[in-house]
Amino acid sequence: MAGEGDRRADLEVEVARRGRLFDGLRSGGDPRRSVVIALASTLVFFGLVAFAITRAPGWPEVRSQFFNWDEFRSTFPEIARAFLLNVKIFCIAEVFILVFALFLAVLRSLPGPVFFPLRALAIVYADLFRGIPTILVIAMLGFGAPALGLSYVPKSVIFWGIVSLVLIYSAYVSEVYRAGIDSIHPSQEAAARSLGLTRFQTLRRVILPQAVRRVIPPLLNDFIGLQKDTALVGTLGAVEAFQQSQIDTNATFNFTAYLSAAVLFVAITIPLARFTDWLVARDRRRRQAGGLAA
Amino acid sequence: MSEALVVERLTKSFGRHPVLRGVDLAVAEHEVIALIGASGSGKSTLLRCINLLEPVDSGRIFLAGREITGARNVNEIRRRIGIVFQAFNLFPHMDVMRNVTLGPRDALGLPKAEAEERALALLERFGLADKRREYPDRLSGGQQQRVAIVRALAMRPELMLLDEVTSALDPELVAEVLQVIRELAATGMTMILATHEMSFARDIANRVCFLDQGTILEEGPPAEIFSNPREPRTQQFLQRIIEARRL
Repeated sequence: MAGEGDRRADLEVEVARRGRLFDGLRSGGDPRRSVVIALASTLVFFGLVAFAITRAPGWPEVRSQFFNWDEFRSTFPEIARAFLLNVKIFCIAEVFILVFALFLAVLRSLPGPVFFPLRALAIVYADLFRGIPTILVIAMLGFGAPALGLSYVPKSVIFWGIVSLVLIYSAYVSEVYRAGIDSIHPSQEAAARSLGLTRFQTLRRVILPQAVRRVIPPLLNDFIGLQKDTALVGTLGAVEAFQQSQIDTNATFNFTAYLSAAVLFVAITIPLARFTDWLVARDRRRRQAGGLAA
Repeated sequence: MSEALVVERLTKSFGRHPVLRGVDLAVAEHEVIALIGASGSGKSTLLRCINLLEPVDSGRIFLAGREITGARNVNEIRRRIGIVFQAFNLFPHMDVMRNVTLGPRDALGLPKAEAEERALALLERFGLADKRREYPDRLSGGQQQRVAIVRALAMRPELMLLDEVTSALDPELVAEVLQVIRELAATGMTMILATHEMSFARDIANRVCFLDQGTILEEGPPAEIFSNPREPRTQQFLQRIIEARRL
């Protein structure tokens, strides 16, 4: 399966493309002139788009339903408070995903016929949880597990929402880790084993540190997805940003609350995306400089 | 003279392709053996088998009189045998000092201070002390290979295996690495080196073994093998080397 490698390659291409986007501003002779042209063409483009939309026959209706400033102001604080739950779900899930996925990836990289059952288990797991839609897992676990009525099983839907996200995202993230492990040349393992290091020491000191460093950008990419998917926990009834905005919408018949929620998600995911780009760019600069500052 | 290493009737195939077809080799303590032969003749595979990096199909290997083939304590045995690879294989995420101290600290369990002291002494000896905080990709190929040799030496091995350690180097960097090996030989290190540097092999080796199609076809003192080879295949091989101006 070349999926993860492709994704990493895609990511790098994507970043390179964006790099060129800005390079275009710098390289066209007089830099100030380039900026002015870029600015002007941007203004003209968005001006035309805005003109077309505001001239649409349904625009006054849409505007009051989706872009109502008073609605926005009155719903935003409440939704922002609810959004803290999204952040909390994200943070807790992320820690468990990082650990559990690494465990799965290591299981899958164990060599030899003895470990076949463990490898098979890890593969079946990854296939299964990447195959089922996230919302189905959340619904099955969130409604099913508490319904068992077992005293030692938590009944909190937030708990089961987090469990679902951990199960799903660990399948993806383990594939990212595995791509990283596979990308380390076997000669590195040979060198470590030739010093008399055990298989575990080799993994811990030589393979994983290099593998993890290589996959940080695609890992962050998955976490952008995770941050968005925390909204799915709202379908269980947990009052997070999406659920809160739905409550507001139902109360006022105005959809501006959705916009408030969207603004909050974007406020987290866009910086995360920029940070990922910055890491990829820094990684490339270092490789080109030939240094690997610790 | 006691034997540091004995290899008996060693065979090894990759799939259906036999690489070693019954290799016999005895190496005395302080002896330097040069393995020569065409690419694919099994030189590297033989070294990797001795270090237990490749499982053998049949045959036996004895290290200092004890059989190591089929041994359970593989890691302990590898700690006693140093190997240096053609492509250096330094750990790129570790600086020179960490590369050299990883084995002593993790495999031998030495305290950090002691491992670093040992490493520094070796780095000084081979003129690399000022590079101890550099990362491998900041070093020239020659420096990297010298660090790789130091990394193996830091384990204080009984036997060093050198697998074409100058083949990946630019010609002007070969000499500094050969100088290190020469110095090791002078201190009495037991070594087996697979090499294409015939004049170096002639200089340094006590014995030269010509590996051909998975067996040691001919062996003897360098003067004899290089000047007066008995086997036609050895003669052909050396003729080709001479034509390539490598001897």
